[in-house]
Amino acid sequence: MAIIEAPDSAPLALPSGGTVAPHQALGVFSRPGQSKGWRSWITSVDHKRVGVLYGASAILFFLIGGMEALLIRLQLVHANGTVLNAAQYNQVFTMHGITMIFLVVMPLGAAFMNYLMPLQVGARDVAFPRLNAFSFWCFLFGGLFLNSSWFLGGAPDGGWFAYAPNTNPIFSPSHGMDFYAIGLLITGIASTVGAINLVVTVINLRAPGMSLMKMPVFTWMGFVTQLLIVFAMPVITVALFLLLFDRNFGANFFNVKAGADPLLWQHLFWLFGHPEVYILILPSFGIISETIPVFSRKPIFGYPFMVFSGIAIGFMGWGVWAHHMFASGVGPLSVAAFSVTTMFIAVPTGVKILNWVATMYGGKLTFTTSMKFSVGLVGMFTIGGLSGVTHAVSPSDLQQTDTYYIVAHFHYVIFGGALLGFFAGMYFWWPKVFGYKLSEKLGSWHFWLILIGMNLTFGPMHIVGLQGQPRRTYTYNKGYGFDFWNMIETIGAFIIALAVLVFLVNVFSSRAKAKREHITVGNDPWDARSLEWMVPNPTPAHNFDEVPVVAHLDEFWHRKYGEDENGRPVRVKATDDVVQAGDPTGVHLPSPSYWPIVIAASLPLIGYGIIFNLGFAALGGFVLFLGIYGLGLEPSMDPDAAHPHDDHGGHDDTHDDAPAAADDEESHEEVTASE
Amino acid sequence: MATETEHAEPTEAVAHSADHAHAHPSDSQYVLIAVVLAFITGAEVLTYYVDFFKDHFPILLLTLIPMMIIKFAIVAAFFMHLRFDNKLFRRVFITGIVLATIVYMIVLNIFHVFKHS
Amino acid sequence: MSDVAIHHDPKPGEHGWTQTGVSNEKLGMWVFLGSECLLFGGLISTYMLYKGTALKGPKPHDLYDIPFTSVSSFVLLMSSMTMVLALSAIQRGDHQRCRVWLATTALLGATFISGQVYEFTSFVKEGMGYTTNTAASSFYTLTGFHGVHVSLGIVMLMSLFMMSVRGRLPQEKSEVVEIVGLYWHFVDVVWILIFTVVYLIP
Repeated sequence: MAIIEAPDSAPLALPSGGTVAPHQALGVFSRPGQSKGWRSWITSVDHKRVGVLYGASAILFFLIGGMEALLIRLQLVHANGTVLNAAQYNQVFTMHGITMIFLVVMPLGAAFMNYLMPLQVGARDVAFPRLNAFSFWCFLFGGLFLNSSWFLGGAPDGGWFAYAPNTNPIFSPSHGMDFYAIGLLITGIASTVGAINLVVTVINLRAPGMSLMKMPVFTWMGFVTQLLIVFAMPVITVALFLLLFDRNFGANFFNVKAGADPLLWQHLFWLFGHPEVYILILPSFGIISETIPVFSRKPIFGYPFMVFSGIAIGFMGWGVWAHHMFASGVGPLSVAAFSVTTMFIAVPTGVKILNWVATMYGGKLTFTTSMKFSVGLVGMFTIGGLSGVTHAVSPSDLQQTDTYYIVAHFHYVIFGGALLGFFAGMYFWWPKVFGYKLSEKLGSWHFWLILIGMNLTFGPMHIVGLQGQPRRTYTYNKGYGFDFWNMIETIGAFIIALAVLVFLVNVFSSRAKAKREHITVGNDPWDARSLEWMVPNPTPAHNFDEVPVVAHLDEFWHRKYGEDENGRPVRVKATDDVVQAGDPTGVHLPSPSYWPIVIAASLPLIGYGIIFNLGFAALGGFVLFLGIYGLGLEPSMDPDAAHPHDDHGGHDDTHDDAPAAADDEESHEEVTASE
Repeated sequence: MATETEHAEPTEAVAHSADHAHAHPSDSQYVLIAVVLAFITGAEVLTYYVDFFKDHFPILLLTLIPMMIIKFAIVAAFFMHLRFDNKLFRRVFITGIVLATIVYMIVLNIFHVFKHS
Repeated sequence: MSDVAIHHDPKPGEHGWTQTGVSNEKLGMWVFLGSECLLFGGLISTYMLYKGTALKGPKPHDLYDIPFTSVSSFVLLMSSMTMVLALSAIQRGDHQRCRVWLATTALLGATFISGQVYEFTSFVKEGMGYTTNTAASSFYTLTGFHGVHVSLGIVMLMSLFMMSVRGRLPQEKSEVVEIVGLYWHFVDVVWILIFTVVYLIP
C-alpha cells in the first residue's frame, strides 16, 4: 500500500510536512526537529516543556495582576484617593480578578498537572501531545488578547463576574467587555482541550499495575479538576456567547427592556463559577498531599479518604452555585436549599485538613521551605474556610455580601490556599524540573514575608467588611472608620510585593549559582515517594527508560524501603539502584510541530475581527482551517526524525516502506483534531 | 514454522480495528433500527395534529418526552455503539447528560418555568 | 517472516498502548461529547426560559411549520443511519460503499441545513428576526449553534471522503470514521431533543 506514503499533494499550497519526502525539499516549512533554542520551545509537544511554559507565563501574569493589586491598594490607602478615578478603578479591579483567576491560578495548576501527571502515572507523555501544546499557546494568546484591551480602548470593567445588564453596550460602551467575552472564550478552549487530554491520559496511560487507587493524591486531585473543567467550561461558554451576541448582534438575552431576566447571566456564570473555585484549589490540595508526607516521612493519612473527599468536592461543587446569589431575589426556598448544601460542602474539605494534620502527627518533620508553604496552606485555608462557613448561613451572608468580608474570604482561600500551595510545589519540584534546588535561605524569607504580608493585607478586610466597607468601589469617604485598616492592608500588600521580589531573586540567583558552580542535585534529593522521582533530575525528555510495573501506592518509596517487625521503614535498596538511568535507547517520542501555535494564533485574530473589522475574522478563520488540516494530516511521529541510538529492539521494518510502521505512526488524530 | 503461523493469526486479528472483537448489528439491523426511529418520529408528529393532545398538556408531555428519550437511547445504544462498547464510554456520556439535566432543571425551576401562571 | 508479523501490539510506553484497551482518540471524543451536553443544555434552557417572552413581534411558536420541520428531522435521522452504514462498510474493507454512504450522509446533512436556512429566512420574512425579541434570539442561537455543529460535521465527512478517494483511509483506520460518526450521531441526538422541546411542546 505504497499509496499511503505518496507525498502529500496538499489541497492548499502550504505543505503540511506530513510525508516521507526528505525535510530539506520543503525548506522553512519542513517538520521541526530541533531540540534546543527558542524554536524548540515554540514547536515542542513535550508535556514537561508545556508545563514549564504554563508556569513561566503564569508568573508573568502574576506580576501584572500584582501590579493591578498594588494600584487598588494605593487608591484605597486613604479616603477619597486620587490614584485612580472610578472608571479606571473598575478596569483595574476587573482585570486583577480576571488575571489572577484565569491567567495565574488556573495556568499554575495546569503547569503542575501537565508536568507531573504523566510522570506520576508512569507515562511518556499525555494522550495528545500536540493538542497539549495547542492548549498552552491558546491560553497565552488569550491572555495577551485580554491584556491588549488596555491599549485598544479600555480593559473590561464589569468585574470578573460581569453581571448583566451592566455589561450591555449602554453601561459598558467601550470594547472592554467584548475583550472579556472573547478572551475568556479563547482561554476556555485552551482549558477544555487540555482537560480532555489529561482525563484521557489518566484513564488510559497509567503504567501497568497502577490501578486508580494506587495513583498519587496529586494525580487524583488533578483528575477531578480536569473533569470539573470538562463539564463546567461549556456553561460559561454559553454565557459568554450570549453576552457577545447581545453586545454585537443585537440579541436580547439580557435586554431587560425586551423582557429578559438578568439572573440568567448569574445562574449560567455561577454554575461555572462555583466548580471553578474547586478547579482553583484542588491542584494545590494535591500538591501538599505530596509534600507533607515526604517532609513528615509518613504516608498520607487516610489515602482513601483523601481520594473520596476530592471526588465528593467535585460532585458537591455542582450543588452550591446559588450561594453567590443569596441577595439576588431568587426566593427563600432556593436560598434555604443552597444554604444547606453549602454547609455540607465544608465536610470533605474538613476531612482533608484533618488528614494533613494527622499525617504530620507523629512524623519526623523537616521544615523545608516547601513544608513551610504546605503548612501555611493548611492554616490559611482553614481561616478562609471558616469565613466561608459564615457565608453559608444565608442571613449572615446578607450582611457580608458585597463587602470586604467576602474579599477577605476568597483571598484567604485563593492566595492563602492555592498560591501558597503552588509555592510549596515549586520549591519541592524545582530540582526535578531544573536539576538544582532553590535557595532555602531565600525561600525562608519569601515564606515569612508573604505570610506576614498576606495576613496584614487580608486579615483586616474581615473587620472593615463587617463594618460596612463595600467591595468593587473605587473609594470611601472619611468618617466611616475604614482609614486605619485600609492603610494596614496597603502596607501588607507591599510586603507581599517584597516577598514576590525575594522569590524572583531566588529563582534567578539559584539558577546563576547552579550554572556557576555546576551544581546538579543528583537523584531523589528529598527521599520522596512517587514515581516522578524514579527518573533522573532534571527529568530526561523521554521520561521513563522502561515503563515501570507498579505494585503499590507510593511505588518509588516501596522500592527503596521495606518494613521491619515494628512497621518502621528499613532501607532495602540504594537510591541509585532504584532510579532509572535516563537512557533513551529505543524510545520514540512524538515529534515537534508548528501547527499548535499556528492554530492558537488564529483565535485572537478572529477575536480582533469580531471587535474591529470582520476582515481579520475571515483571515483568522482561514488560518484556523488551514491549521486544523495541517495538524490532522501530519503524522504524530515524524517518519524522518532521527531516533536516539537507532535500535528498534526487535522489529526489523524501516519506517519509510512498511505500511505497518506507517500505521503505527500515522496520526489517528486526522480530522478529529478539530476539537 | 508452526509457531510463526500461530503467532500470525492472533496478531492479525488484533492488527485490525479492535471493534471486530465484539458484536455489531448487521446492516439490515441498522436499517430496521432506522425504521423504528422513523416510526417513533411519525408518532411524535402525529401529536401535533390530534386535538386531544393540544387540550391535555400533561398527557402531551407524558407522550412526547418518553418518545424523545427512547429515540435518544436507541441512537446512543446502537448507532453510537454504546451498548456494545466499553462501559467507560457510557459512564462519561451519562455523567454529562445527568449533570446537565439536573443543574439546568434546577435553574429553570428557580425561574418558575414549570409553573402554570 | 510474514508481513503481518510486523504488526505488533504496542507495549506500555509505545504509541497506541492504553491500560484500558480503548483508544485515546475514541475516549477523547466521548469526553468531548459529555462536555457538549452541558453546552447544549445551557442553550436549550435559555430557550425554555425565553420561549414565551416576546414583547413585540411574533414568537417562534407562532411561525413553526411542523410538517416542514418534521421532514427535516426525518432527513437528519436517516443521516445517522447512513453514517453507521458507512462505518460498517469500511470495517468490512468495502471502500466504495463507505464513500457512497459518507457522501450520502453529507448530502442529507446539507439537505437538513438547507431546510434550516429556508426556515430561518421565511421566519425573518414573517417578522421574526434575530433581534426582534428574546424568544427569537434564543431560538436562532440554539438552532444556529446546532446548525454550525452539523456544518462542521459535513466538513469532516467530506474530508473523510477525500481521504478515502486518495487511499488515505485504509481499513485499519476505520476508527477515524467511527469517531466522526460519534460526533455526527451526537449532533443528531441533540436535534431529537430540540425537535421535541422546541418545536413540538407548545
